[in-house]
Amino acid sequence: MKNLYLIAVISCVFQACSNGPDQKLPILGDREPVERTVDGKTVVDTVYHTIPPFSYLNQDSVVVTEKDFDNKIYIADFFFTSCNTICPMMHRNMLEVYNRFKDEPRVKILSHTIDIKYDLPSRLKTYADKLGVESDRWVFVHGSRDSIFEVSAKNYLVAAYEDNTDPQGLVHQGWFILVDTKKQLRGAYDGTKEGQVNQMMADMEKLLDEEILNEK
Amino acid sequence: MRNKVIFLLLFYTAAVFQLQACDSDADINYKRNYVNGKGLYEKYCQNCHGADGTGLARLYPPLTDTTYLIENKALLPCIIKNGQNKEIIVHRETYDGEMPGNGNLADIEIAQIIVYITNSFGNNQGSYAAAQVTSALKDCD
Repeated sequence: MKNLYLIAVISCVFQACSNGPDQKLPILGDREPVERTVDGKTVVDTVYHTIPPFSYLNQDSVVVTEKDFDNKIYIADFFFTSCNTICPMMHRNMLEVYNRFKDEPRVKILSHTIDIKYDLPSRLKTYADKLGVESDRWVFVHGSRDSIFEVSAKNYLVAAYEDNTDPQGLVHQGWFILVDTKKQLRGAYDGTKEGQVNQMMADMEKLLDEEILNEK
Repeated sequence: MRNKVIFLLLFYTAAVFQLQACDSDADINYKRNYVNGKGLYEKYCQNCHGADGTGLARLYPPLTDTTYLIENKALLPCIIKNGQNKEIIVHRETYDGEMPGNGNLADIEIAQIIVYITNSFGNNQGSYAAAQVTSALKDCD
């Protein structure tokens, strides 16, 4: 009987561990099974949603592609400089993230403007300067009108669209999307909520640890 | 003797309550405006200027510059109602962004926002009446 208790206690402890801090972040988005043959046997692999190649102009009018994010983890979000609803809150919080990971070369931030007409690189530059962003760890990018809404919805699963009924004509969600070095989505956080952004920073540390283990 | 003591005690307590309850009308008005102003601030101002009134870097100016607020007290209704699109200096820092106006706000609401701002974030400038807003709005640029 005593042993039974012991087993019960131990199994509880193990279960607690599996839900504990060692657990990896989930991989988000669509996935599909792919069969392939290894040594004559059929094995099923899971192919996860990844961010496809991209090309934008940054605040210095320099082309930025997915290659600039190789071997980095990064946060992606969607905003526009004249937005006075959720963007100030998002970037007030993002500034905290930027300052916290300023000296961590494996972390980057990618903010896409959805106001293609007005937010030209020069305007993004002014915005970045005023926000106090000096390094290329936080890039503000300008894409084409056709692609940006598709990029947000299909690649990052964030809704953004033009809406004539909105006072500013543009509507978008305030998610911060965490992307790992394999370009897989690993987390989505409400960028307007301080608590969720703190959770994101904790998850970023966790992801960095995971990436180090993967390299070994 | 005992009854007298009890009576005096009761009398004293009642008197204290009476005095405490006697906030002047002006005080009550001020408190009402401050509380309503806080709600309006959260709805119309806080996104950019922040819950603690510190703004955001050099994008949005802080509301903690008491001198600026005092010197521009007559202009505050115009700024809140019509927005602002000129360079200003707050805490020795230049801000040249555009602030959108809030044309839908009533004079009393603007007064309440001003009461909240000028008595929070380290400011302590007392009341601001709706009538002051109405007359200030006549002289906007």
